[in-house]
Amino acid sequence: MSHSAKATFPRTQNSASAFLSRRAPAWLACLLASLFACAVGNAQDLSRQQMQGLDEQVQEIKSEVLDIAAELSLLEEQLLYPSNTQVALFVALAEDRPFRLDSVQLRINGELVAHHIYSAKELEALEKGGVQRIFTGNVPSGEHQLEVAVAGKSGGNDFSEEGVFSFSKTVSPRLVGITLAAPGAGDAAIKVGNW
Amino acid sequence: MKRPLTSLLMLGLSACAVAAPHAGEAPRDLYFDEALYHASQGRYFEALERLDAELGQHYRLDEPALDSLHPYINRAEFSVGDFELRYRMHHRAGRAIQAVLEGDVDDAVRNEAAYRLARIHFQKDQPEAALQALERISGRIPAPIREDVEFLRANVLMATGRSAEAVEVLDRLQGAEGLKGFSAYNLGIALLQDGRKAEALEQLDKAGRIKGLQQEGLAVRDKSNLVLGALLIESSEFGLAQAALDRVRMEGPYSNQALLSAGWADASAENFERALVPWSLLAERELTDAAVQEAVLALPYAYSQLSVHGQAAQLYGRAVEIFGDELDKVDASVRHIREGRFLEVLVREEIRQNKDWVIRLRSLPETPETFYLMSLMASHDFQTALQNYLDLEDLRKKLTAWHSSFDAFEDMIAHRRAYYEPRLPGLDGDFRELDSRIRLRLEQRERIHQRLYGMLTAPRPDYLATADERVLLETIAGLESQLGEVNSPDEAALKWRVQRLKGLLRWDLETEYHERFTEAHENLAELEQVIDAMEAQYQSFVRTRQAAMHSYVGYDTQIERLRRRVRLAQDELQVLMARQGHLLETVAVNELSERRQRLEAYQGQARYAFADSYDRAAKLQAEEDAAGAAEAADGAGADEAEGAG
Repeated sequence: MSHSAKATFPRTQNSASAFLSRRAPAWLACLLASLFACAVGNAQDLSRQQMQGLDEQVQEIKSEVLDIAAELSLLEEQLLYPSNTQVALFVALAEDRPFRLDSVQLRINGELVAHHIYSAKELEALEKGGVQRIFTGNVPSGEHQLEVAVAGKSGGNDFSEEGVFSFSKTVSPRLVGITLAAPGAGDAAIKVGNW
Repeated sequence: MKRPLTSLLMLGLSACAVAAPHAGEAPRDLYFDEALYHASQGRYFEALERLDAELGQHYRLDEPALDSLHPYINRAEFSVGDFELRYRMHHRAGRAIQAVLEGDVDDAVRNEAAYRLARIHFQKDQPEAALQALERISGRIPAPIREDVEFLRANVLMATGRSAEAVEVLDRLQGAEGLKGFSAYNLGIALLQDGRKAEALEQLDKAGRIKGLQQEGLAVRDKSNLVLGALLIESSEFGLAQAALDRVRMEGPYSNQALLSAGWADASAENFERALVPWSLLAERELTDAAVQEAVLALPYAYSQLSVHGQAAQLYGRAVEIFGDELDKVDASVRHIREGRFLEVLVREEIRQNKDWVIRLRSLPETPETFYLMSLMASHDFQTALQNYLDLEDLRKKLTAWHSSFDAFEDMIAHRRAYYEPRLPGLDGDFRELDSRIRLRLEQRERIHQRLYGMLTAPRPDYLATADERVLLETIAGLESQLGEVNSPDEAALKWRVQRLKGLLRWDLETEYHERFTEAHENLAELEQVIDAMEAQYQSFVRTRQAAMHSYVGYDTQIERLRRRVRLAQDELQVLMARQGHLLETVAVNELSERRQRLEAYQGQARYAFADSYDRAAKLQAEEDAAGAAEAADGAGADEAEGAG
C-alpha cells in the first residue's frame, strides 16, 4: 500500500526522533507560552481591541443605568413611601454573639409585614457587618407595636425567640434597627433600636 | 426526622420600648451598611446605588460632620471605588480612587488608594500607569496590604520587562505566608525571564515542593512542577522532568497536561513502554480536553514504536472513531452557537447561581456548544466579555421592569387624583371656615393672656367678674344713671340701696380677687393645652392635605423624563448586547474552528497510521504464517525423506 508513505505521523522506529524533534518542541513552546502568560497576569489576546472598545461602552451604560436607578429610587420613595408615613425595618447580627440565622418574621400592629428565610450568602453578608433592609412601608403617626420572631441555630441546637417592642412614628421617616444575637447569659437575643 | 434538641426560649410578651444607641458608640450608617450587605453577596449594582445616594446626600449637607456617615467617610469612599472595580467600571473606580489620592488624607489611606489604583491599571493591561501609581506609595502602608503591594509591584515589573528588579522584590517576599506558593512560582518565572535559567529551575523546583498550601496554592505548585517538567524536557533532562511531573496532583487542574508531558518525557527518552502508562490513563479522561485528544493519538503511536502493530492498529481505529464523534460535537456546537443558543445558556439563572457554573455547563447534555469552550471561557478577556454580557442582561431585566413600573405609577397617580380631586374643594371650604373660627379664638386667647399679664402689675377686679356679676354691675350702673341727682329722701334711700348693692359686689370682687386671679390663670393653662392639641390637629391636617396633593401632583414631568431615559438606555443596551453577544459567539466559533482543524488533522493522522499499522500487523502475521508454513513444510519434507529412506 502506498498511502502509508504519505502519513505525517511516524511509522517506523527510525522516524520517531524526527517526529519528536518536529513535534515535541512545538508542544512545549505552546505549553510554556500559555503558562508564562498566566504567571505575569497577561491575558490571551482575543479580539482584544474590540473587546476593550465594547468594555468602555458597557461601563458608560452601567453608569447611565445607575443614574436612572438613583432618580427612580427617589421617585419611588416620594410616591410609595412619603416621609410622614415611611417606616423601614433593618436586620443586623450582633458581632459578639454570632449564630446561624434561619429566618425572621416581623409583624407591625399584629399584621405580618415580612417573613424572610436566609440563604448562605445573605447570612455571610450579615456576618460581615452588612445590614439588611427587610421591610419598607407606611404607618400613620403615633405609637406602634413591632413583633419580632427569630429562628436559628446556636451551639448545635435549634432555637426560636420572640419579642414585642414599641416604636413611635413621627412626621420624619422612621428607621428601626433589629439586632439579633445568640441567646445567652441574661442579654436579650433581640434588640430593637432607633437608627 | 426527629429534630435535635430544640430550646424554645420565649421572651415575655411585655412590650419593650425601642432603645436609643449606646452613649459614646458611633451610630451605624444604615445606608452604608446596607450597601455592604449587597456587596458581600456580589450585588454591586445595588451596593453602588445605595452608596452613591448616601455619599451624594452626605456631601449636600450643611454640616456633614453631624451625619452618621461622617465617621466612615474614608471607608465609604474606598468602598465606592472597590464596588465599581468589582462591577467592572474601571473608569469610575479610577476617578473615585484618584479623588481619594488627591484629598487631604493620611499616608495609610493614600497608600491604599494608590495600591488600588495600581491594581486597576494592571488589570486594564496598563503596567506603566500601574507602576506610576505604585511609585506614589510612601510612608506608612496598612499592614493587611503591605505584602500585596510588593507582589503587585513584582508583577508590574515583570509585565514591563524589568525582570531583574522583579526578582529582587519577589526574593524579599519568599517568607510571606499569604503569598506562599505564588511568590515562589513567580520568582522562578522572573528568573527565567531574566535569562537565569539554572536559578529559575532551582526556584521552580523549590516552588514545586512547598507544603501546607491551600487549594489555590496547590494549583500554583502543580503549575510550577509542570513548567519545570517542560523546561527540563526542553533541556533533554528527561529523568528530572519525570520526577517534577510526578509531583503534579492527579486530580488538579494541570493533571492532564502533566500526564501528557510525562508521556512525552518518556517518549523523548525513547522509553515507549513507560510512556504507555500516563498516556493510557489520560486517554480515558474527558475527551473534549485537548491533552486527552493528543493522548488518544499518542498511545497507539507508542505501541507502534514498540512494534505492537496489532494493538496500535486497534487503537488508531478507535482514535478515528473518537475524532469523528468529537468533530460531530464541534459541528453541533458551532450550529448551536449560530442559532443563538450559546448566549441563552450563558444567561441561565440556575447556572449563574453556582460559582463553578462554567464547569457545570459541561454536565448539561443540552449545551454541546460549551463542551469545547472550557479553556476559552477561563481566559481573562473572554471572562470579562462574558461578565459584561451577563451584566448587560441584568441591566436589560432591570430596565424592562422599570419601564413597566411607569405605567403602574401613572395608574396609581390617576387613582389618587380621582379620589382626592372631587373631595379636596369641599374639604378646603370646610377647612377655611374652621380656620377663621380658629383664628378668632386664638385672638381671644391672646387678649385674655394680655389682660391677665397686665393685671399682674395693675389689678383689675372687675375683669374677673362672673357673667352674673357683670349683668348686675350693668344693672346697677343703669339704675345709677336713672336716679341721676338726688332730689328727695326717697331717691336718697334708693341711691343708698344701690350703693350698698354695688359695695356688696365690689366687696366680693375685691376679697375674692386673688382666688379668682389664680383660677383664671389655671383656666388659661388648661386652655393652652386645648389650643396646643388643636394646633397639632391643625398642622396634621395641613400635612395630610399637602401629602394628598403631593401624592398625585408634580410627577408627570419626572415620570416622562425617566421613561425617556429608560427607553434610550434600552435601545442602547440592545445594540450593545447584540455586539457583545456577536463578539462572544465569534470568538467561540473561532475557537471551535481551531479545535476542529486540529481534530481533522488528528483524524487524518490516525487514519493513515491505522492503515500503516494494519499493513504492518498483516505483513507480520503473513511473515509469521509463512515462517510457520515453511517450518511445517520443512518438517513434512524431513518426514517424507525419513519415510523414503
